[in-house]
Amino acid sequence: MASGHSSTEEMAPKKIKKERPAVRAFKDFYHRLKKNKAALVGGYLIIFLILVATIGPFLTTDGVNEVNYTQKLESPSTENWFGTDHQGRDIFTRIIHGTGYTLLVGFLSVLMGGIVGTLLGIVSGYYGGKIDTVIMRFMDILLAFPGILLALAIISILGGNFINVIIAVAIFSIPTFARIVRGSTLATRELEYVDAVKALGAKDSRIIFKHILPNVLSPLIVQSTLQIATAILTASGLSFLGLGAQPPSPEWGAMLNDGRNYMLDYGYIALFPGLAIVLAVLAFNIFGDGLRDALDPKSKK
Amino acid sequence: MFKFVVRRLFQLIPVLLGVSILVFAMMHLTPGNPAKILAGQGASAEAVANMEEEMGLNDPIIVQYGNFLYDAVTLNFGTSWKSGLEVSKEIGPKFVVTVELALYSTMLSLFIGLIAGIVSAVRKYTLLDVSIMIIALFGLSMPNFWLGIMLMQWFSIQLGWLPATGWGTPEQIILPVITLGTAGAAVVARMTRSSMLDVISQDYIRTARAKGLKEGIVIYRHALKNALIPVVTVVGLQFGLLLSGAVLTETVFAINGIGGLIVDRINARDFPVVQASVLVMAVVFVFVNLLVDLTYKFLNKRIDLD
Repeated sequence: MASGHSSTEEMAPKKIKKERPAVRAFKDFYHRLKKNKAALVGGYLIIFLILVATIGPFLTTDGVNEVNYTQKLESPSTENWFGTDHQGRDIFTRIIHGTGYTLLVGFLSVLMGGIVGTLLGIVSGYYGGKIDTVIMRFMDILLAFPGILLALAIISILGGNFINVIIAVAIFSIPTFARIVRGSTLATRELEYVDAVKALGAKDSRIIFKHILPNVLSPLIVQSTLQIATAILTASGLSFLGLGAQPPSPEWGAMLNDGRNYMLDYGYIALFPGLAIVLAVLAFNIFGDGLRDALDPKSKK
Repeated sequence: MFKFVVRRLFQLIPVLLGVSILVFAMMHLTPGNPAKILAGQGASAEAVANMEEEMGLNDPIIVQYGNFLYDAVTLNFGTSWKSGLEVSKEIGPKFVVTVELALYSTMLSLFIGLIAGIVSAVRKYTLLDVSIMIIALFGLSMPNFWLGIMLMQWFSIQLGWLPATGWGTPEQIILPVITLGTAGAAVVARMTRSSMLDVISQDYIRTARAKGLKEGIVIYRHALKNALIPVVTVVGLQFGLLLSGAVLTETVFAINGIGGLIVDRINARDFPVVQASVLVMAVVFVFVNLLVDLTYKFLNKRIDLD
């Protein structure tokens, strides 16, 4: 974001010093994040989505699967803000209820993929040698299945449903995490203080978790945020193909799949669930971009 | 250079073997007995046993894999469980369509992305730059299948300018290619912009300017050449993403490509076709990446080939 770059430029003289305690570092990070307007917008959007997902379902007056054939395919009105679908269900209500699915896929799959990928990446980078070669070759193999293809292959084994989509998207994000964490680990391993801790006789596990992990944290956080956006896109795509969450689930991709036969004549059926996906993905993308600007020392120049 | 190419080709072998093992494993990891599926519902135990024998399911796993690998290398993927046709014959023409779609979309995303990125970098922090970057962010955040539906609604249904489905005529190609190429264009634009900004801040550009060269020459003759190097690396990745993204685009526009085929056959549990399609896509992607790698090394003379 351009506004992000201009604000990071203003803050050029400030540089995080490594010796600063964690709290101070966090404050400094928060300070820089606050200056990045775009990142703030992204952050607020994410908070908004979480509120919608948690509180929203209690506030809607219509049932999520309340079928009403006397009111089917009605255009947006004051009563049905986003109109009704081919079964007379209120689209606005369904989108509110679908928010939880979307966030759940995003958070859970990235959490699972992130943990596995980070462990593999750290082990690979820290130990190097044969372990590194084996792990990274395996990651190369997973990466040979581009984009949604890996998720499709996994779904074809596990079968298409909501849980399997989370698993598929988690596996799909492992190699990305492993590569990024390995890179940062390699750089950290060479730092003098790691040698010092080693000389003091610290165990590998202690070095990895206490000394290396905190150093790979910032690229990890940035990647996680951006990966959530990718996960949401992939999962909604799988549901749209009928291989993810199944109708009548109000998952947004499944809503698009469900209304496919009607959406060309009744545009709003496709418009609103799609806009909801765009909003969610945008929120995480903006926030991730902002985090990168705030955390990446290179962008501070 | 030749030595480098040969070495990179050798490095592909473990990856390709790994890919083949994973694809081979797909069928064995799937719950349910494939012989039972193939023999049909209500087949007698004897018929299933015969089918198992015929399919080689009783052979040791390593023999089965060996056969699979041999068949794959000779492009013999067996017959489809659904249509009864030879898999390679079924996949072949469809694969051509998908590659066309991905190729055109890659070209579109490169064309739009490069122009947008260069303009953004040259006019950095202006309204134009901000607008381009905001559009790019939206482009990145849109599900391509939804963009496809929206374009179809507008240009096919409302305006009636372009056909809504199919593939082949120039009119039919426009909407799917825009649908698939938009996200790629966004990625390329962002990449080009940041790469250009990196290069422009370097000393040799300042020298060029100090020499009194015209700004246009500085940008296009001196900066662009080096700024494009990192962009090349994303092109291969983009092509792969677009190849798999075609699965969604093809579904929206009812295009008879390999993506639509995969989805159809996953639902029909037609494993030979799914396996072969996934395998072919992955192998093509691996080789495209090799090509990109070689181009990259060729462009960037500073990298030591050995």
